[in-house]
Amino acid sequence: MTARRASRRDFLKTAVAGASAAVLPLPAIAQGAGGRVVVIGGGFGGTTCARFIRRIDPRIAVTLVEASPTFTACPFSNLVIVGLRDLKAQEFGYDKLAADQVTVQISPATAIDAQGRSVTLGNGTRLPYDRLVLSPGIDIRWDGLPGYTEAAAERMPHAWKAGEQTLLLRRQLEAMEDGGTVVISAPANPFRCPPGPYERASLIAYYLKTKKPKSKLIVLDAKDAFSKQGLFQSAWKALYPNLEWVSLSTGGKVTSVDVGAMTLVTDFARYKADVANVIPPQKAARIAEIAGAADRTGWCPIDPVTFESKLQPNIHVVGDASIAGAMPKSAFSANAQAKVCAAAVAKLVAGGKPDDPKLINTCYSLVAPDYGISVAGVYRPADGQIKDVEGSGGVSPVNAPASTRAAEATFANGWFSTITQEVFG
Amino acid sequence: MDVTRIVTAAALVFALIDYAAAAGPADAPPGALACSGCHPAGPTADTTVPRLNGRNPADIVTAMQAFKSGQLPSTVMDRIAKGFSEDEVKAIAAWYGAQKD
Repeated sequence: MTARRASRRDFLKTAVAGASAAVLPLPAIAQGAGGRVVVIGGGFGGTTCARFIRRIDPRIAVTLVEASPTFTACPFSNLVIVGLRDLKAQEFGYDKLAADQVTVQISPATAIDAQGRSVTLGNGTRLPYDRLVLSPGIDIRWDGLPGYTEAAAERMPHAWKAGEQTLLLRRQLEAMEDGGTVVISAPANPFRCPPGPYERASLIAYYLKTKKPKSKLIVLDAKDAFSKQGLFQSAWKALYPNLEWVSLSTGGKVTSVDVGAMTLVTDFARYKADVANVIPPQKAARIAEIAGAADRTGWCPIDPVTFESKLQPNIHVVGDASIAGAMPKSAFSANAQAKVCAAAVAKLVAGGKPDDPKLINTCYSLVAPDYGISVAGVYRPADGQIKDVEGSGGVSPVNAPASTRAAEATFANGWFSTITQEVFG
Repeated sequence: MDVTRIVTAAALVFALIDYAAAAGPADAPPGALACSGCHPAGPTADTTVPRLNGRNPADIVTAMQAFKSGQLPSTVMDRIAKGFSEDEVKAIAAWYGAQKD
C-alpha cells in the first residue's frame, strides 16, 4: 500500500515536472498536486484533523490556521479555577505539527470566499483550498443575556474559554471572604461541555468546603435536566450540603444580570453574589457565520458521514461548532469527529466515496479531586443524523464504591494526558 | 494430516492478509481511530489505560466480549463495547494488532 502511494506520488511529481520543464521540479506537496486543505481552528478538533489528513494521505497539502500561538485547553480548567492545577498545564503549542508537515499560520481567518474557495487571514495571506475544515469552537452570544456584555464579563467571568477568564474567576474566589455567596448561572442547551457547569459547581463546592466552609454556592439553571444529573446530585447530597441547585421550573433561569449590583435576576428573585460565574448562551464561533455555514440556531448543520456543511459545499465543520446530533460538544467528540472528517476529506479530495463511520465519546467529570464520574456513547449515522448506537453508552453506575470513583478520577487524568499528547505532542 | 498445523497456517495467512490490509490510518476500520482518545498511540502518555498498538488481536476481541458481557469489570468499556458488533471489533483488533511504533 505504501509502495502504491509512493509510485503515484512519483508519477505526479513527474507530471508536474513535465508540465513546467523550464523550472526546477518542486515536490508535489508544495504544489498541492494531491489537493489543498485548509483547517481553521487549532483546538482538539482542528489540530487533530490537520494532522490526520496528512497521515492518511501525504499527497495533500494541509495548512492549519489559528489566531493564537498557544492553545489553552478547557477540560480540567475547572481545577485551575479552584487552585488545584496550574494554567500552564492547560497550554499547548503547535511546534510538533512539523512532524506531520502541516503548515501552521498563526493569524486569524478574517474572510472566506466559499464560491472561489479561499480563506483570507488577518496577516493578508490568501489561502486557496479544495476543501476547508472549520473547527472554530464557540463564541459567547453577547446579545443572549440582557446586561451581560464583554465589559460585564470582567466583573462576572464566564470562564467558558480557558485562559485569562479562568484566572479571573480563580482570583475572585481566592479574594472572597469566608461566608460569601458564589452564584453560577448555567445556560439552556446546547452549549459547550454539557456536564461542565456541574463539574465546576462540584469543584467550587469542594474549594469552599475545604477553604471557606461558611460560604455557600447557588447554581441557577435554565434547565430542569442536565448531563450526569443523578450522579452529580447524589454526590452533592453526600459531600456538599452548601450547594443549592435551582432548576428552571423552580425559577432558576437567569433573565438578566445587574453587574453594578453584582446581582443575577430571575423571574422570581434577585440573587446578590460575592462571586458570580455567568455561563452565558453560546453559538458557533464567528468565522462559521462568515463562511455561511451556521444556520439560524447559530450552529452548523453537517452531513453525518463526512461532516460536510449542509449549507456550504466543500466546507466541513467539526467540534463544538457543529450540530452533531447525539454527540455532545466535548473535546473527545471533537477529536473523534476530526479523524472521521480527515478520512472523509482525504477520500473526497481523491475522488472517492467516504465510508460510514462509527464514533465514540467519553467525558469524565470530577466531583472532587479523587471522585470521577463519566458518560460514554457510541454513535453512527442514521436518517441523516448522528445517532446513538442502541444499547450502548450511558453514565457511571449511581451506587458505585469509592474505589470506582477514584478509578474514574485516575482515568480522567490519564485521558487528558493521552488526548493532548495525540493532538499536540 | 495435522489439523492444528493447517489451522495455524491458515490463521497465519489470514493474519498476513490483515496486516497487509491494515497498514495505517488510511485503512483504519470504522471506530478504530476513536480509541486513541484514551488508549495512547505513543508510549509517553501518563495514563493507566493500556496501549492497543501491536496487541494480539485475539486478546482485544476476548477483552471486548468480556466487557460487553460484564465478565470483565470496567468503568467505561462495558458501555463502549456494547456499541460494536463482533465483526467491527475483529476489524478494529486486527488493525491495532498491525500498528507498530
